[in-house]
Amino acid sequence: MMEAVVPPFESFYEEHKDAVFAFLRRRLGRVAAEDAFQDTFLRALRAYERLEHGRHLRAWIFTIAARVAIDASRKKPSVALPTDGEGSGEDARPAYAELEHLADELPPTERAAVVLRYGYDLEYDEIGAALGSSADAARQAASSGIRRLRRKEGLR
Amino acid sequence: MTVSNELDARFRAAAAEQGLLDVAYDLVDSPLGTLLVAASDAGLCRISYDPEPEREVARLGRTLGARILRSPKPVDEARRQLDEYFEQRRHAFDLDVDLRLTAQFSRRVLEELAKVPYGETTTYGELAARAARPRAARAVGTVMNRNPIPIVLPCHRVVGASGSLVGYGGGLDRKEALLRLEGAVL
Repeated sequence: MMEAVVPPFESFYEEHKDAVFAFLRRRLGRVAAEDAFQDTFLRALRAYERLEHGRHLRAWIFTIAARVAIDASRKKPSVALPTDGEGSGEDARPAYAELEHLADELPPTERAAVVLRYGYDLEYDEIGAALGSSADAARQAASSGIRRLRRKEGLR
Repeated sequence: MTVSNELDARFRAAAAEQGLLDVAYDLVDSPLGTLLVAASDAGLCRISYDPEPEREVARLGRTLGARILRSPKPVDEARRQLDEYFEQRRHAFDLDVDLRLTAQFSRRVLEELAKVPYGETTTYGELAARAARPRAARAVGTVMNRNPIPIVLPCHRVVGASGSLVGYGGGLDRKEALLRLEGAVL
């Protein structure tokens, strides 16, 4: 069980830095990953004061890292987003923007899985790493999140 | 895949340089063991003898702000002066201190404490009198025990009226070692 108080930034950083760097390196290659790494944790530091609790911090930092990776890919068109699978991040985002407000109502794990999969186009093994679970568990969380969203949509 | 030391150092330096930290700290070697030395924007805020720095970092995070990170540069000047002090090349510290969490009476006492010269000792009662509370010797003892910045604010120079060392937050061995270093008559 994760403690609910916001931990000192030092512990937060030490706990997640290697996983975040590994993720950025897979996405961007070594050189771009180093800049993106620094950018990710500086952004986290800027927002850290406003955190109200210490839950889901791994998903939180991966969401920031994914955002930074997308920005970095845009700056350098030569390092395009992976386009294998169902559509690139570029295609996924407008659709995601429409469901983002709905995702807010999901339980935290499902929400993180949906956001990372459909908002940031992460692979399920990456989402599993972000959530501290397996790729299968991440796939399940995302699909039950989507089912829940569809049901909500149906109610409207 | 782990973060290289170089990249890690680069981030820690950038965080301090961009003014994003509530507290920066580093571990400093000394003849009395490893010291955790911490500084805020306002100045030096903590020197700790605690052999488990995580505990102290958690405490500082709760009291001074969660944006606390190990980052050497903001404590470089304190480190330099401490090194000189332990090499007996420095008798007085010239550092800003951040006592914002210290209550009024304690702060008054610590300000008087800072004036006790190198190599000399005073007593709890004498220090109480200088802080305009002559009967508060016991309260002064408590303030010394909770001194957030030992060595720089020299609580080791405060002894009992009979000349006994009485106590020290970092342990009596360290108090004695500091007084010997300074050549104080024990």
